[in-house]
Amino acid sequence: MAAEMREPIESGCPDGFQYMHPVMRRNYGQWLYHEDPRPGVLVHVARSGEKIWTVRAGTQRILDVFTLRKLMDIGDQYGEGFVRFTIRSNIEYMVADGEKVEPLVKALEDAGFPVGGTRNSVTTLSHTQGWLHCDIPGTDASGVVKAMMDELIDEFKGWNMPNRVHMTTSCCQINCGGQGDIAINVQHVKPPKINHALVGNICERPSVVARCPVAAIRPAMVDGKPSLEVDEKKCICCGACYPPCPPMQINDHQYTQLAIWIGGNHSNARGKPTFQRLVAAGIPNNPPRWPEATAIVKKILQCYKEGARDWERMNEWVERIGWPRFFEVTGLPFTKYHIDNWRGARNNLNSSTHIRF
Amino acid sequence: MATKHYPTPMLDVLEEGPWPSFITGIKNLRDNHPNERIRNMTNGVLGQLEHSYETRMGYWKGGTISVFGYGGGIIPRFSEVGHMFPESKEFHTLRVQPPAGNYYSTDMLRQLADSWEKYGSGLQTFHGQTGNIMFIGSDSKNYQGFFDEINDYGWDLGGAGPCVRTGMSCVGAARCEMSNCNEQAIHRHLLNNFTDDVHRPALPYKFKFKVSGCPNDCMNAIERADFAIIGTWRDDMKVNQAEVKNAIMKKAAEIGKEGDRAAGRQYMFDNVISRCPTGAIKLNDDDTMTVDNSNCVRCMHCLNVMPKALQTGDDKGVSILMGGKRTLKIGDLMGTVIIPFMKMDTDEDYERIKELASTVIDYWAENGLEHERCGEMIERIGLVNFLEGIGIDPDPNMIQQPRNVSYVRMDGWDEAAEEWFNRKREEKMAAA
Repeated sequence: MAAEMREPIESGCPDGFQYMHPVMRRNYGQWLYHEDPRPGVLVHVARSGEKIWTVRAGTQRILDVFTLRKLMDIGDQYGEGFVRFTIRSNIEYMVADGEKVEPLVKALEDAGFPVGGTRNSVTTLSHTQGWLHCDIPGTDASGVVKAMMDELIDEFKGWNMPNRVHMTTSCCQINCGGQGDIAINVQHVKPPKINHALVGNICERPSVVARCPVAAIRPAMVDGKPSLEVDEKKCICCGACYPPCPPMQINDHQYTQLAIWIGGNHSNARGKPTFQRLVAAGIPNNPPRWPEATAIVKKILQCYKEGARDWERMNEWVERIGWPRFFEVTGLPFTKYHIDNWRGARNNLNSSTHIRF
Repeated sequence: MATKHYPTPMLDVLEEGPWPSFITGIKNLRDNHPNERIRNMTNGVLGQLEHSYETRMGYWKGGTISVFGYGGGIIPRFSEVGHMFPESKEFHTLRVQPPAGNYYSTDMLRQLADSWEKYGSGLQTFHGQTGNIMFIGSDSKNYQGFFDEINDYGWDLGGAGPCVRTGMSCVGAARCEMSNCNEQAIHRHLLNNFTDDVHRPALPYKFKFKVSGCPNDCMNAIERADFAIIGTWRDDMKVNQAEVKNAIMKKAAEIGKEGDRAAGRQYMFDNVISRCPTGAIKLNDDDTMTVDNSNCVRCMHCLNVMPKALQTGDDKGVSILMGGKRTLKIGDLMGTVIIPFMKMDTDEDYERIKELASTVIDYWAENGLEHERCGEMIERIGLVNFLEGIGIDPDPNMIQQPRNVSYVRMDGWDEAAEEWFNRKREEKMAAA
């Protein structure tokens, strides 16, 4: 068999210029400014005077070939055959002819792809794989995103927010989903359930012991078989032991819940990049529409929209009004679980008399 | 002929509502695709997904598979409930490296769709969180054929496992006036210098490169990359005074106060001048703007608000931050500035950045613990040891503030101070 195997061509990352719109190739590095004619549309002007219009639309991220071809048909019929995808799985069509913008927008909207996601909108949630494909998911991602974007579509299509809102989801606490102004992440609340009959055969036990962030796992003999045991008082239920050792089942239909974090901001604009902060937990992992999580997200967005000044990202708004007021205006409970006790925790405590009354 | 469809009452609910539905798409493959294999696979995967929705549990298990000659790049998925849904009991994902900035022609995407249809489930994602094109759903018989076909016309696998991962770059110089570097060139020089480390996982854990052309950092590089390259500039930003005046009047019109210069100025005070983190900009009485460039930290805010009036400078380059990562294992870490500024113009500059990346990866491969990200290693051994390990001199741009604890052994102080003065002298001579 091996003789017939084809040697791979290790070409690595392909050359992007071959897929760029010719106007973009010609004006590479020579852009002067851009304007935002309407939500979901950008026009960039080069030093040469050439212009390129971009139309951005939301997609379902998990694309089937029919939908992909439909998007390409739109790109050929109404666009100029060149597209790209944003980090949040929005598709962008680039055209040199401004007359094509409105028909392109209409074609996308008619085909069910909302146009928007630029400037001070709520753009598509970036998301992970979830139950559809991940080996350690506590929830689904595509479903959560679909359910939330159904409710937030007007915020995607409009410019109603003080600044851009980036949202993310993660299906486990390892958190592939990244930072967001609002992040909806899995939170486990019980230690893993261990299938002792399987651990010895499946898991490399020293690696699993080393993986635990709080040293709560140790080797043990259970029923005469080599296994692992968890000090449940120390365990923080993070699930880090589960990927290298699937018999340490962390997911649970009841005790795998959702938590909401806010204020993650990767831009350096105005302030330095910030991490997201826990605001709400104990939210049921409730497919197929996760209404409880969506309700909290909408409430936070509404308070932000009403309370923040122009250009304030979520973290800047909270920094200005203070966390006590955040909990007051959103009506979310403040609990002992909001108080950091991880390494470096005291940096997160208030060591001043800066208190609002 | 008609395959029995697994019932999907919960998933059906996700067909309602205005946002595009992935369920409708998968069902379309199940019901209407001419290829029976695709109809069956998507039927199976819908059945398993419904089962997940009902029981609130996932049922995929990993494993180890790859294409001939590689050790990674494929996420193997074997179903734990394959006896219930045998059509999709193997549902592997191929991670394919996109071009920097995620550019495609419609022709190329059609070609990829045609190939994928021959071998896979017909489902794909642009893109996964690491930045790959994810071709989701191939069985063990078919992934090699798919890879061979697309590899022949220019596509290669990305990283999976403890290896150099697929990189990510922003839209960049191709379409953004904020860009300060050639993201395409940086991305390809770095990634393609490490193809061996992408395809054959042999590092302590994952290692990610991300390139953002300006400090807006649209790629989330500082927070998510072990090696973040951020475009920046070090001379004065450019101010088009006529456009500053226009921006004031345009803003007045936008906020419903057409012709009201005072209202436009007030908006600028509230949203530009007072938002400058270092108080480096002034709006003068004649509607011109004065910038104290020596105190500008290139935060981008004023340029974001007034893209027509303000532009980045001409002396462009990059800042490099290292050690960013997500939660596992010790909690989130932002990257730390290691190279405050570096030109990226000449071939030598590109050689230097590749050498730097190689040095860092080698040092980490040597000193990192199993499953320890570069940033976690830096945290464990301290930044000073890391800097000494990779041969970089300390720089005050690396810190937020100097240490506040006196518990440190300082018997090398005199030599360190002398080195600092020597370096300063050399820099001065080099500049002269």
